[in-house]
Amino acid sequence: MWSKKILILLTFVIISFSSITKSYSIEADIFIQSVVNRAAETLSGNLTKDERIEKLKDIARETVDIDGIGRYTLGSYRSKITDSQMIEYKFLFQEYFLKTFSSRLAEYSNPEIEVVSKKKLNENYTMVSSILVSTEQRPEVKIDWRVSTKNPDNLLIMNLVIEGLSLARTQKEEFSSIIQNNDGDINALFSTLKEFTK
Amino acid sequence: MNKFLTSSLIVILLTTNVVADTDGLNSLSKTSKPVKDCFEKLNRATFKLNQGLDKVIFRPVAKAYRVLPSSVRGGTNNALNNLSSLITVPNNILQGEFKIAGINTGRFVVNTTLGVLGIFDVAEKIGFSEYEKEDYGQTLGKWGVGAGCYVVLPVLGPSTIRDTVGSFVNVLGGDPYYNASTHGNNEYLNDQVYMTTKVISGIDFRAKNLDSIDNLQKNSLDFYASVRSLYLQDRQQKITNSNPTIEIMYEGDWEEIDSQ
Repeated sequence: MWSKKILILLTFVIISFSSITKSYSIEADIFIQSVVNRAAETLSGNLTKDERIEKLKDIARETVDIDGIGRYTLGSYRSKITDSQMIEYKFLFQEYFLKTFSSRLAEYSNPEIEVVSKKKLNENYTMVSSILVSTEQRPEVKIDWRVSTKNPDNLLIMNLVIEGLSLARTQKEEFSSIIQNNDGDINALFSTLKEFTK
Repeated sequence: MNKFLTSSLIVILLTTNVVADTDGLNSLSKTSKPVKDCFEKLNRATFKLNQGLDKVIFRPVAKAYRVLPSSVRGGTNNALNNLSSLITVPNNILQGEFKIAGINTGRFVVNTTLGVLGIFDVAEKIGFSEYEKEDYGQTLGKWGVGAGCYVVLPVLGPSTIRDTVGSFVNVLGGDPYYNASTHGNNEYLNDQVYMTTKVISGIDFRAKNLDSIDNLQKNSLDFYASVRSLYLQDRQQKITNSNPTIEIMYEGDWEEIDSQ
């Protein structure tokens, strides 16, 4: 009798627990809309430029897979560098990413982004399509977001595709150009990154 | 004579381009191949020259142009788009897109008449589908001609050998507006009107991208490489007419990042 009660209770606890866990995993499009809203709030709020940048950096740290983008951006050099170089690169890339990300966004004031649709590419990635609403100064802009769904409870942004142009791909080709123009020396990239983030 | 020289140049450029890219692969995989920057040193020098010209001439002019009321800029942009459909329609046909060619012809007729020489995009308001520009470079790409090397042209900016050849086709009879302006024997159009249209088109483009180009320049480690990457991505996207993006064509690149 008791064992049956315990079994029912246990089943109930397991079901409740799994449903609680599930309630935390959100859909990729809702995730993007919430990130965008947070960013828009920061950009339209009554903050100084420096405060804005710091807030945007916080949002990026929480919602973007910076290490993953860094690995992608290294391209074929990823397998050619040593572990210690990788550690140094990770640090430099994060500094570089946060600086460019916040500087790019800080220019906009009150951007209005509407999420339109989402498309699951595979188990790991979903593309979310959105539109940056037009203003007096610029036409409407299509923005696609690559969202990593590897951990359903912690969705992360992997790339931004603006009017079909991939930011991560552009960055990868830019890094590769720097390395190639310095006889394949990855240290040249490191010093350029250091110089930029100074 | 001029026409003969231009035709010969196109044939030579195209032949070398096709030979450089002939490997028996189909056109889709060809467009996915990385485009080589064979003349990088010269290209970088031309890019620097263009940046200088941009700083002194194009950017200030574009900035001044942006001061004009948005209705004026919108009307100009519409009229330029309308003229571009004279190049788009033959290319729709050459690419076998007959239905789209029909729609774009209808759009041109409606906007030129009801839209007062294209100033008002009446076609959009009455439900025509979104307008996509096509050019001879894109058609060559669609036919399987490889991009060839990446080149930076003085003043005109980034291109490839294929796209440069495509632009030559415009002045060889491929652009009805050019034909009417130069050989039309009419009192409204002439060479100067054609050139003015092209210059306004350049200023319009620069003005629309003022902030994004400034931003890109400010945040680039190698601005030349960024522009090259963006130009080539854009062309690949336009040739494949992929929807939503070519991003998905390179899915493998994303899967690899965790395996290495």
